[in-house]
Amino acid sequence: MAGRIPTGAEKLVQFLEREGVEYIFGLSGGAAIPIFDALVDSKIKLILVRHEQGATHMADGYARATGRPGVVLVTSGPGATNTVTGLLTALMDSAPLVVITGQTNTGNLGKDAFQEADVTGITYPVVKHSYLVKRSADIPRVLREAFHIATTGRPGPVLVDIPKDVSSGPCDAPFVDSVDLPGYVVPGHAERASLEAAAELLGQAQRPLLYVGHGAVISAAGKAVIQLAEKLRAPIVNTLLGKGAADETHPLHLGMMGMHGTAYANKAVIHCDLIMAIGARWDDRVTGKVDEFCAKAKKIHLDIDPAEFNKVIRPDVSLVGDARLVLEDLIPLVEPTDTTAWLKQCDAWRRQYPLKYPKRGGLRAQHVLDRLHHLTEGRAVITADVGQHQMWAAQFCKTTANRHWITSGGAGTMGFGWPAAIGAKFGRPEAEVWAVVGDGGFQMTMAELATAAVHKVAAKCLIINNNYLGMVRQWQELFYENRLSGVDLEGNPDFVKLAEAYGIKALRISRPGDVDRKLKEARAHDAGPVVVVAEVIKEDNVFPMIPAGAPVSHMIVDPPKHRLEKPVGST
Amino acid sequence: MAAPEPTHEPAGIARRRRSDVHTISLYVNNKPGVLVRVALVFSRRGYNIESLVVSPAAEGDFSRMTITCSGDPATLEQIIKQLHKLVDVVHATDHTEHDAYETEIALVKLQASLHERTEILQVAENFGAKVTDYGSESMMLRVYGSSEKLDAFIALLRPYGLRELVRSGKILMVRGLQET
Ligand SMILES: Cc1ncc(C[n+]2csc(CCOP(=O)(O)OP(=O)(O)O)c2C)c(N)n1
Ligand SMILES: [Mg+2]
Repeated sequence: MAGRIPTGAEKLVQFLEREGVEYIFGLSGGAAIPIFDALVDSKIKLILVRHEQGATHMADGYARATGRPGVVLVTSGPGATNTVTGLLTALMDSAPLVVITGQTNTGNLGKDAFQEADVTGITYPVVKHSYLVKRSADIPRVLREAFHIATTGRPGPVLVDIPKDVSSGPCDAPFVDSVDLPGYVVPGHAERASLEAAAELLGQAQRPLLYVGHGAVISAAGKAVIQLAEKLRAPIVNTLLGKGAADETHPLHLGMMGMHGTAYANKAVIHCDLIMAIGARWDDRVTGKVDEFCAKAKKIHLDIDPAEFNKVIRPDVSLVGDARLVLEDLIPLVEPTDTTAWLKQCDAWRRQYPLKYPKRGGLRAQHVLDRLHHLTEGRAVITADVGQHQMWAAQFCKTTANRHWITSGGAGTMGFGWPAAIGAKFGRPEAEVWAVVGDGGFQMTMAELATAAVHKVAAKCLIINNNYLGMVRQWQELFYENRLSGVDLEGNPDFVKLAEAYGIKALRISRPGDVDRKLKEARAHDAGPVVVVAEVIKEDNVFPMIPAGAPVSHMIVDPPKHRLEKPVGST
Repeated sequence: MAAPEPTHEPAGIARRRRSDVHTISLYVNNKPGVLVRVALVFSRRGYNIESLVVSPAAEGDFSRMTITCSGDPATLEQIIKQLHKLVDVVHATDHTEHDAYETEIALVKLQASLHERTEILQVAENFGAKVTDYGSESMMLRVYGSSEKLDAFIALLRPYGLRELVRSGKILMVRGLQET
């Protein structure tokens, strides 16, 4: 229709098309109908979810798997409040999301109109930024800013609340290609002086250690991390979210550190004389008791967010900037020192404390995940939910490439894993994508089986079924005299039948002897989703473990024979 | 009625030691929601905002906020950085140690009998306060100056039937050409 002024909603959809958005994950409702209407004529594929939380995690999985922003579209009121958990999850893990919420007409704002909720008000603490769009003409500018803010600097979720009259009103404002945000700075390269100071400290270290976090994943700094490690001959450890930034099977890599990290990674943390954080934020899962964390070691902190400096740890040198750019600038300045003895020590720890699990006593999650890792040769994209299975997956599924490991770290959101896998598969159709979920977390978002079935999303869902909220049960067993409270998942469905009810292929692993065969069968199934239910032993525990709030040196490597003190850390 | 103490010891809410109070100046976008975002940075970390003044800046669509607040000093650095992180905050500065001119205005309503007023007017004169309303049952005074001066002024008047007190909150500007 030549000459007709587009509606705000049409303008919005045109914007998303120009931005290269392939998918919108969402669920409709009255206040968002104009936007859903505009999508009818668009080439953007609308993925209808079964619950808005699922949409946010799908968009998040898509974003983390591809590095491109994930887009969510929901209606006002309860539709919008259902995104809050997803917003928190994305904020805590710096994932770029743009969440568009319908809103009641501007004239009804504040009048308790049907399905009105103060969505910007409810979400202030869980967004990087947000907008309540009051005029149709603002749509192109607001969307431009929203995408810019979501994807640059330290990425994060941006919410755009659009009243129905604003999305249905005419919008002839032009698209804008630049933003005018005087309060928003995106750091890039670090200052020369701090680079030199960092290089000097690195040159003096005898036992240096690189501690790699999600920032290195986001900035694709892995190659530079390896170069720096090789030049310094320094070992590498990574956080739960840093997995994959640098290949965990590299000879200098000691794997995951922290609460359930490998013993040898944590030994290196305890004994290093310099620790350099690369896009990591000294989370309590990593430091344990902060006062005792690397108390005598020099600390260098590289982060794109200056608010992370001095928040938990006071570094000797701080480097503000993009992890990859800063490392590339730093590498030529560093002079290698002789770390032969240090590396020998780390290798001795690696041999002394290998990750292990009992080979008898029934089917164990560790066995299933170990085999999954070997059968996929470490090349699958793995999304993990939250709990024991997540930690075992992190330990046994070594991540060899960037953006091949996706999990909710900061928020620890149960229910994240399965929808995240669907989103990741949409974004990376060529990749083999596995969700590793617990029976508890899976049931929080299992409605998205329908979404995967409808779109024949060939993501694979491995349910580690221990019939317990296992991680909590582990704490109760170890620290609360095994007084189990609120952890028994009696009433679990038969997950095989459940999947089949959606028309999804489902397999059951009941014995160790089934593992390889069933996993291979699931790998071969590419026509749509497949669910694999591993009926594992009920009472297994994750080790090594550092009790929450305890110093790293209090790591428990083997199952303890005596009762443990209650942890001082809150979670 | 006890006579006012000779020292200028501030009374009531203002009794908090002024040295624990920080003054932060913000230059922000003049948009809805900015105030809430700023306030949340403080409240999440258990910081109490003592006073907050918002007014349009000299140019453009910006506002100036002057916030006095109290709380754990170690948290203040985080607060300033988190304020900086807000997209709508152009800059955030802690002026506690800076060479800045500070002032505040207070309006004071007294229910004072006519025979007490001579003493009150003496106090007022000493503090450069102006009488802005003079009725048979009450009178109103306006005083401005440093927050400490206002604390002292109010403490002296309290015994004379202080009925209402409205303070503007502190505003501040850095001396010289440097930007606040
Ligand atoms: C939404 C949410 N609720 C509660 C928790 C607390 N929590 C952490 S792990 C866990 C148990 C998870 O059980 P399951 O999904 O079966 O995994 P398992 O630990 O048994 O492998 C719980 C309840 C959480 N992380 N997220
Ligand atoms: Mg479980």
